[in-house]
Amino acid sequence: MKMVDALLTPSVRQTIASGMERLRADFPILDIKVGDKPLVYLDNAASSQMPQAVIDRLVHYQKTQHANIHRAVHHLSDLATQEYEAARRKLQHFIGAREEREVIFTSGTTDSINLVMHGYGRKFIQNGDEIILTALEHHSNIVPWQMLAEEKGARIRVVPINDAGELLVDEYEKLFNSRTRFVGLSHVSNALGSINPIKRMIATAHQHGVPVLIDGAQAAPHMKIDVQDLDCDFYAFSAHKMCGPTGVGILYGKAHLLESMQPFKGGGDMIASVSFEKTTYNDIPYKFEAGTPPIAAVIGFGAAIDYLEQIGLDAIAAYEHELLVYASEQIRMIPGVRIVGDCPDKVAVISFVVDGIHPHDVGTLLNQDGIAVRTGHHCAQPIMQRFNVAATSRASFSFYNTKEEIEVLVAGIRSVQKVFAQ
Amino acid sequence: MSLKSIYQEVILDHNRKPRNYGALRSPTHHATGHNPLCGDRIELDINMLDGHIEEIAFQGESCAICKASSSMMTNAVKGKSHQEAEALIQEFREMLVSGEDKSFDHLGRLKVLAGVRDLPTRVKCAILPWHTLHAAMNSTDSATTEADDHASKLVANNH
Repeated sequence: MKMVDALLTPSVRQTIASGMERLRADFPILDIKVGDKPLVYLDNAASSQMPQAVIDRLVHYQKTQHANIHRAVHHLSDLATQEYEAARRKLQHFIGAREEREVIFTSGTTDSINLVMHGYGRKFIQNGDEIILTALEHHSNIVPWQMLAEEKGARIRVVPINDAGELLVDEYEKLFNSRTRFVGLSHVSNALGSINPIKRMIATAHQHGVPVLIDGAQAAPHMKIDVQDLDCDFYAFSAHKMCGPTGVGILYGKAHLLESMQPFKGGGDMIASVSFEKTTYNDIPYKFEAGTPPIAAVIGFGAAIDYLEQIGLDAIAAYEHELLVYASEQIRMIPGVRIVGDCPDKVAVISFVVDGIHPHDVGTLLNQDGIAVRTGHHCAQPIMQRFNVAATSRASFSFYNTKEEIEVLVAGIRSVQKVFAQ
Repeated sequence: MSLKSIYQEVILDHNRKPRNYGALRSPTHHATGHNPLCGDRIELDINMLDGHIEEIAFQGESCAICKASSSMMTNAVKGKSHQEAEALIQEFREMLVSGEDKSFDHLGRLKVLAGVRDLPTRVKCAILPWHTLHAAMNSTDSATTEADDHASKLVANNH
């Protein structure tokens, strides 16, 4: 992020800020009111909102292009297949994958991670082997590996973090030994916003011959991803956190790894031939896409990618960084409020606690002012334990948020404190 | 009703100065209540004597609504028989989940919590201590808000 910031000229940085009114008009939902208050949507890390262009694409598909894909010889099936595969190529270029067959459509990041656990983990990880995860992982990059570890008798090793919410990379390097078989690592922490130094960590794993899965759910919406530059073995993210529909995401995997893996789900479309004696599996990516996929959602995902690229990921990263800096300054100025996770390299996510007031009460009262934040453990209970809090409130920003909205949030937090000071 | 009025003085007062807060030295009954959604967790201790709640205490990490509900509940059930307490649990639940326009005057001070009904995402916070009381009296180790619609399930957990 700091690098991106340095690369951009002030004029590029202004692109979003100056066109904000027009940009916000792309998102119909931003006009709604909560009670009598305008919506201030700061729960983008949970799910982002959808621009009209993506909504229109879904409607257009459903009205004029829908049929099942990869099946029939008729016009609509052919058309739907072409649009579906076009979306795959958009995702391929979006992440800089070498080949389109390295992009597998899944139901989302969780599904992608489970695919790797079943397809790679169950085949290659054995009794006594070790899997490295980090203290910053979302439950979806912990639980599948625990299930595998339990089944196989494997062991999970955890990279610790410091008080700022940064991974201790030196400790990570010490965890490798001859039994290390896999690394699962988030690009960006969903609860704290920390950006992890994944390129360096991937290189370390590769020195030990260990493949790395990156959970990119919180990174892909906010920065340019280049899987070849990162040299990650797997990279997963979801459409609904980046202006697309729910129910779809991707798993990127290096072709030779995907080819070596066993299928995750059996069914139609993932086979080359079936008899009761023997089934031959289809080639990648189809080997991992059993059954009818959410075709409309995949095509909508493609439209969301077009929309983001039209704005530009570098411009998005730079503008959101400005929001982060401003929001951090403003929130820090409120007495009795503490930001949890304050590492220098962050996306625009601020987890905070208000002295003496439970986050759920904060969230309920902020909602009264039309402000949507997430409260709770953010599916990252180990992080909450590390910082000795049961829960936090989390404001997470997108490129359609404004400094004015940050001011509404700050006024909202002060008003919560007033209610409790009665 | 306005949402802010949920956080009225009496609730904020119980949140600030919870009654019967702490642990009993050697409780005859105990349960842990946990709301996995928000992380609310309360420990409830009871001394039952001749089928009556002789002493009751709670402690834990929770939001204001859960803490106030716990505090007011411990006041309300102290001295009550197991059966009377169960009846109160049912009535309290009914007040928070039923859409019926029914008078809950007999619930007395507990009525200030009725407004939580307008906050569907927070109903579990108010009900958690009552689930936990039910679990403790029936010697179930733990209660969870995830069994919300099936109080009887908590009893079933005994077996």
